[in-house]
Amino acid sequence: MDFQWTLSDLISYMSRNSGMLWEYFVSHVIMVLSGIGLAIVIGIPLGILASRHEKLGKVILTITNILQVIPSLALLVLLMLAIGLGAKTVIIGLLFYSLNPIVRNTYVGLKQVNPSYIEAGRGIGMSPLQLLVKVRFPLSLTYIMSGLRVAAVIAIGVVTIAPLVGGDGLGREIYAGINGQNPLRIYAGAIPAALLAIVSDIVLGYFQKKLKFDDRKSSKRTGKASKATT
Amino acid sequence: MIEFQQVNKVYDDGFQALKDINLTIKKGELTAFIGPSGSGKSTTMKLINRLITPSSGKVLINGEDIMTKNPVELRRNIGYVIQNVGLFPHMTIGKNVAVIPHLKKWDPKKIEPRVEELMRMVNLDPEVFRDRYPSELSGGQQQRIGVIRALAADPDIILMDEPFSALDPISREQLQDELIRLQEELNKTIIFVTHDMDEAIKVADTIVLMKDGEIVQTGTPESILRHPANDFVRTFIGQKRLDGDMNDGIGIDPESIRVSTVDEVMVTQPATVTPNRGLAEAIKIMSGRKVDSLFVVDKQRKLLGIVSIYRLLNQYGEENKTVKDIMRPIGYQVSPGTSLPEAVEIMSNARLTNLAVVDDDGRLVGLLTRGSIVQHLNEVYPTIVEQFASNLGEEA
Repeated sequence: MDFQWTLSDLISYMSRNSGMLWEYFVSHVIMVLSGIGLAIVIGIPLGILASRHEKLGKVILTITNILQVIPSLALLVLLMLAIGLGAKTVIIGLLFYSLNPIVRNTYVGLKQVNPSYIEAGRGIGMSPLQLLVKVRFPLSLTYIMSGLRVAAVIAIGVVTIAPLVGGDGLGREIYAGINGQNPLRIYAGAIPAALLAIVSDIVLGYFQKKLKFDDRKSSKRTGKASKATT
Repeated sequence: MIEFQQVNKVYDDGFQALKDINLTIKKGELTAFIGPSGSGKSTTMKLINRLITPSSGKVLINGEDIMTKNPVELRRNIGYVIQNVGLFPHMTIGKNVAVIPHLKKWDPKKIEPRVEELMRMVNLDPEVFRDRYPSELSGGQQQRIGVIRALAADPDIILMDEPFSALDPISREQLQDELIRLQEELNKTIIFVTHDMDEAIKVADTIVLMKDGEIVQTGTPESILRHPANDFVRTFIGQKRLDGDMNDGIGIDPESIRVSTVDEVMVTQPATVTPNRGLAEAIKIMSGRKVDSLFVVDKQRKLLGIVSIYRLLNQYGEENKTVKDIMRPIGYQVSPGTSLPEAVEIMSNARLTNLAVVDDDGRLVGLLTRGSIVQHLNEVYPTIVEQFASNLGEEA
């Protein structure tokens, strides 16, 4: 196969069908965001709960773990049998899939907060809720972000099999290519999906670093400021 | 005023952390809780802001039982400084200082000037430090912020849990001095937990000594130093024990002093000079070491003689002379292992200000001075010094 030919052909194919591909791309992103969004809304409170009650925590973490171990295709098919075809099946599948990294990282994040900050917070009169919002949660953000990052990359991959259960997204282009034995269409679907995964990984990785507050520094720190008295 | 009435604390595993604590902490005083680890000093302190709940007994603040109060509300009115600083790393210094006024929902317009005022109080320029994060400050600076954070909402009571123990000795000294200065201005009721007796003696008005969950002795630093209640207190305040000659009472057998030898008492690094040094150099060494005479030793530290400042000045005009030309032989010396009273007798008989300790090979190993003797006596037994002092007083 002549690579040169394939590449230029791919570009011309993609530009000819840019409208359709864009639509797939957008629906792909929307499904990922909805799935992850739901997982955040449900997973973070579950993580907080798990960090509060040791026994309940074990149950929660075991369940989310099992959910993630089910192969994605099987999970989606099972969900399809229960809820039917369509994007909502995909989104719920993603939710189940992303729950584990998010719950687990929230749990670990909250658990690793240095006890002296918690004691300080309690000692100066923070209520349990204030302690959570003002101390525990900010200091576990970097962990939660890393959970989100894992979840996002998995979700972007899983969504490519959405067409099998009646969803949209870049997977549609990939499956059309497989069915029509047209490698161009496979590439046209797979390459944007892969790029999306890489870019989200980088972006979320950046935030993960940014939100690491354990030894936070002020950004506008200048050299001369350090001569202050001891 | 804070009162502990019959307070006990027993943990679920049966460990009795506190036994029958009865204590009154005076308003406006700095009270230090001191004891070895596991003595219950931190536990006792944490009863005050309900971080720990007693198993039985009561804690009263100004006559009110604290169990009747909302713990969160209670804690907002009690300053709290913890050992590992506990500044929130994700908040700027300004936000850290303002955290309690925020919790108490102060008018934001009042908070900003308060933060600046507090930062100036500990000599940290708000312009420079307000927007920094804790990790950008030194340990001493961080703990200053920890202290003013506790002061921010102007509480009457401040709890400090080994606040300076993680700092280097110099910053610790400085912060202790600052605490004393602040306390003179503010007159708060401060409870200060420490395991360092020197620190307690330095900062406290009252010391509460604890061991194994019980209060061993309470009193001013002066009274604890003068009248330690028992051997534990004595060891804790750092008095060197003498071997096996102590009956447990306060009366001490002055004979016990015989155990000391010159080796324990002497200064091991006396000021010396080598014989070929010029006179100006010798004076320079004297001024550096703040002494009025130098022992002349050769490279093997063999003692050759002594030069005094008077002789040096007498001969100073003669530029070619060196130390060995003007030194005098040593009149008196003792060998290591000589008992202290023997050495003291020599010194007093010959009216010496100091006495060289020289080994069998003629090497200078140390120097007995009046200062070193006083220091040794104070370490071995302050009561002896006291007795000497009172004897002198009677004679006079």
